[in-house]
Amino acid sequence: MADEPKDAPAAPPAAPAAPKPAAPPKVPLPAPVDAMGEPLVVALAAAVPGAVLGAKKMVGQTTVEIAPGKLVEACRHLKDVETYTFLVDQTAVDWKERAPRFDVVYWLHSFDRGSARVRLKVGVADGEACPTVAGVWETANWMEREVFDLFGISFEGHPDLRRILTWDGFQGHPLRKDFPVEGIDTGAAIYPDRYPEGGGPAPDDKNRKTVS
Amino acid sequence: MSELVGTAGAVPESEETMLGLREMELNFGPQHPSTHGVLRIVLKVDGERIVSARPDVGYLHRGTEKLFETETYPMVIPHTDRLDYVAAATNNHAYVLAVEKLLGVEVPKRAQYIRVVLDEMQRISSHLLWLATAAIDLGAITPFFYTFREREVILDLFEDYCGARLTLNCMRVGGLQEELTPGWIEKLRAFTEDLGAKIDEYEDLLTENRIWKMRTIGVGILNTERCIEWGVTGPPLRAAGFAWDVRRALPYECYPELDFEIPTGKNADTYDRYLVRVAELRQSRRILLQCCDWLAANPTGDIRGKVPRVIKPPVGDVYASVESPKGELGFYLVSNGGNKPYRLRVRPPSFINLQALPEMARGHMVSDLVAIIGTIDIVLGEVDR
Amino acid sequence: MAEGSAFVGLIENAFPDNVLTTTVDALIGWGRKNSLWPMQFGLACCAIEMMAVVDSRHDMARFGAEVFRGSPRQCDMMLVAGTVTEKMAPIIKRLYDQMADPKWVIAMGSCATCGGPYRSYAVTQGVDRIIPVDVYVPGCPPRPEALLYGLMELQKKIQKMRVIRRAPEELAVG
Repeated sequence: MADEPKDAPAAPPAAPAAPKPAAPPKVPLPAPVDAMGEPLVVALAAAVPGAVLGAKKMVGQTTVEIAPGKLVEACRHLKDVETYTFLVDQTAVDWKERAPRFDVVYWLHSFDRGSARVRLKVGVADGEACPTVAGVWETANWMEREVFDLFGISFEGHPDLRRILTWDGFQGHPLRKDFPVEGIDTGAAIYPDRYPEGGGPAPDDKNRKTVS
Repeated sequence: MSELVGTAGAVPESEETMLGLREMELNFGPQHPSTHGVLRIVLKVDGERIVSARPDVGYLHRGTEKLFETETYPMVIPHTDRLDYVAAATNNHAYVLAVEKLLGVEVPKRAQYIRVVLDEMQRISSHLLWLATAAIDLGAITPFFYTFREREVILDLFEDYCGARLTLNCMRVGGLQEELTPGWIEKLRAFTEDLGAKIDEYEDLLTENRIWKMRTIGVGILNTERCIEWGVTGPPLRAAGFAWDVRRALPYECYPELDFEIPTGKNADTYDRYLVRVAELRQSRRILLQCCDWLAANPTGDIRGKVPRVIKPPVGDVYASVESPKGELGFYLVSNGGNKPYRLRVRPPSFINLQALPEMARGHMVSDLVAIIGTIDIVLGEVDR
Repeated sequence: MAEGSAFVGLIENAFPDNVLTTTVDALIGWGRKNSLWPMQFGLACCAIEMMAVVDSRHDMARFGAEVFRGSPRQCDMMLVAGTVTEKMAPIIKRLYDQMADPKWVIAMGSCATCGGPYRSYAVTQGVDRIIPVDVYVPGCPPRPEALLYGLMELQKKIQKMRVIRRAPEELAVG
C-alpha cells in the first residue's frame, strides 16, 4: 500500500455505494483541514517558539505536529498552563518509506476545558531517540516502554526502558512494518541452544504474511 | 493467595539490606489461583509488608495490533471481542465508532439504542463477574454462585440475539448485524426488573459484612490527583470522588437522551470501588429499562446505516472511545486509504490502570495485594493485547 | 473357567445381590475419573467459560471435578483454557512437569488446540507443541456443555486405562 505523507490533501472518495436509480446525494467523506489558526495552537506556538511545525483537524480532532527538541517543553506548557493534565494514550505509527520513519503520537485531555482533547505528533527517525514525557505525566512510563518494545524507538531520560509485552530474548520489534506477522525467531528466542536462529518462515516463502 | 517458591521464577532469596531489614523477593504468578489471568508481580516483601510490587505483563500478548493490520475492517471486529473478553460488545463498539467517525457514517436511532442495550448488558455482566472474582479472592465464595446465576441469564439473551455467549461480534460499521428476535425485549425487561432485588441480595452478603469491610476499607488508596497522573479512568477514578464518565463527557450514541447518574465514592479505597461498581449496576439497570421502553415503543427501524460495500476510510486518523466497565476504552485508527487499517491502536484501560498498582500496594500486606488487584478490575486480554 | 470347575461353583450364587465383582483396573479407573482435580489454568477468554462450567447451571461438581487446585502438585488434570503465548509456554511446560503422575491434559478452545484466530509472532500454535494433550475441545470459546462433553470423553479414556494389567507391548522390554 502506498504511504501518504502526513499532510496530504483530501483523499479521493472511497468505493461508491451500490448504484441505485434514485440514490440520495452522497455524503462527502471527511477530509483534513488546516488548524494553524486554532487558539490552542496559536497559544502554544507563542509560548514555546519553534515547537509547532503544523496543525491539522480531521473529523473535529486537532493534531499538532511538534518538533522533537521542544517536546518536553511543549508538554509542560500544555499540562501546567493549558490544563491538559491527562495523558490519554501514547503510541507510534510506522510510516515505512517516509523520513522521519516514525510518528510518536500523544493525545491529551483537559478536564477544565470541558473534556477538550488534542493530539500531538512527533516525527522520529529510525535510530533516533525521542525525549521522554514520563517526567511530565507518570502514566507515560509503561506507554513508552510499550512503544520501545513494539517499535524500537528509545526514549531518552526514561527511568526504566525495558521490553514489556514481549519476552526476554525476543528479537526484533513486532509492530514495525518489515516484521512478519508470524514472527521470525520464536523457537530460538525461548530455547536458543535448541532451535536454530531465525526459525520462522523463510524470507522467500510465499506463505509468509507480511504487512505492507 | 500468593504462590511462594515461584512456579515461574527464582528461588526466593533473602538479603540483609543496609538498614538491617530482611527483604525477600517473591513471584506472584503468572499462574495463581485468582482468576484474573496470567499476571506476574515481582514482590519485594519485608515479612508480610510489601516494599515494592512490580507487575510483569505480557504473558497474554497475542500480537493483536499486528494482526489488525493484516485484516480488512470487518475482519477486525471478532479480534476486538477478545481484548476485554468479559465485555466484548464494548470493544466492538469503540472500534466501529472510530471507523464510522472516519467514514462520516450516521448510525440509525434504533441501532443506537440496541447498541446501548448491549453495552449496558455487558457492563452488568462484567461487574457481576468482577464481584464474583473479587469476593472469591478474599474468601467469599457464595457471591460467585449468585452472580453467575444472573450472568447466565444475560448470556442466554446474548445467545438468543447473536448466537454467541461471550465473544459477541455483534456490531458492524454503520450499525448492527442482527435485528432483535421477537420477544427479546420482553425477556430483557423481565430480567432487568428482577435484577434490582438480586443486587440487594449481593449487597446483603457483602456491604455491611464485617470481614469484607475489614479487608477492603483503607486498602489501596489512590486519590483523584494521583489517578489523573497515572491516567486511571473508570470506577477507580470515580471512587476517588471525581465524577468523570465518557458517556457524559464525550457522549456517543443516544446517551444524551438517557437519564442516569454517575456514582462516586469518597475515600478512593477498595471498599469505595466496590460501592461504586454496585451502584453502577443499579444505574445500568435504569438505563436498560429506559431503552426497553423506547425499543418497545419503536419496534421498527433500520439497524444499519448507509455504508459502502468495501470499507475504505479516507487518509487520516481518528480516536473514538467508549466507557467500558474497566474505564475509557478507545481505538486510534490511522488509515492510508486502503481496505485494511494502517495502524489500529487500542487504548487499554486495564493496562493503564494496572500501572498504578505499585503505588497502591506499597506498605500493604501481601493479602491486601490480592484485594487491590481485584479492585482495579483488570482483564489480561486487554492489558497484553 | 471351565464348566464344573470348583472355583466357578464357589463364586456363582455365593454372594447376595449387593456385592459387585469387578476388576481392579475398572475400580481404579472409576475412582480416578470421578474425582479429577483440575489445575486452575485459565489463560484468556476460555477461562470465563471454564468458570461458567463451575457455576450452578452447568455444575462441574456433579462430575467430581469442581476442586480447582492452585498448586500443580495437588492436581491430576491440567485444563489449558486460553491462548498459549510464547512467553507463557515455558511456564506451562514447567507446571506440567511438576504435576504428579497420572496426569491428563484437556486443551480447551481453539487457541490451545491450534493457535486459534492468532497466527502471530507471539502465540504458540497449539499447546500440544509443548505438552501431550488427551482431549481437545474446540470452540471459541466452547460452550460450557462442550467442555463437559470433553470432560466426559476424558473420563471414558481414563476408564479404559490398564493400570494393574499391563498391555503386552509394555511387558516386552528391551
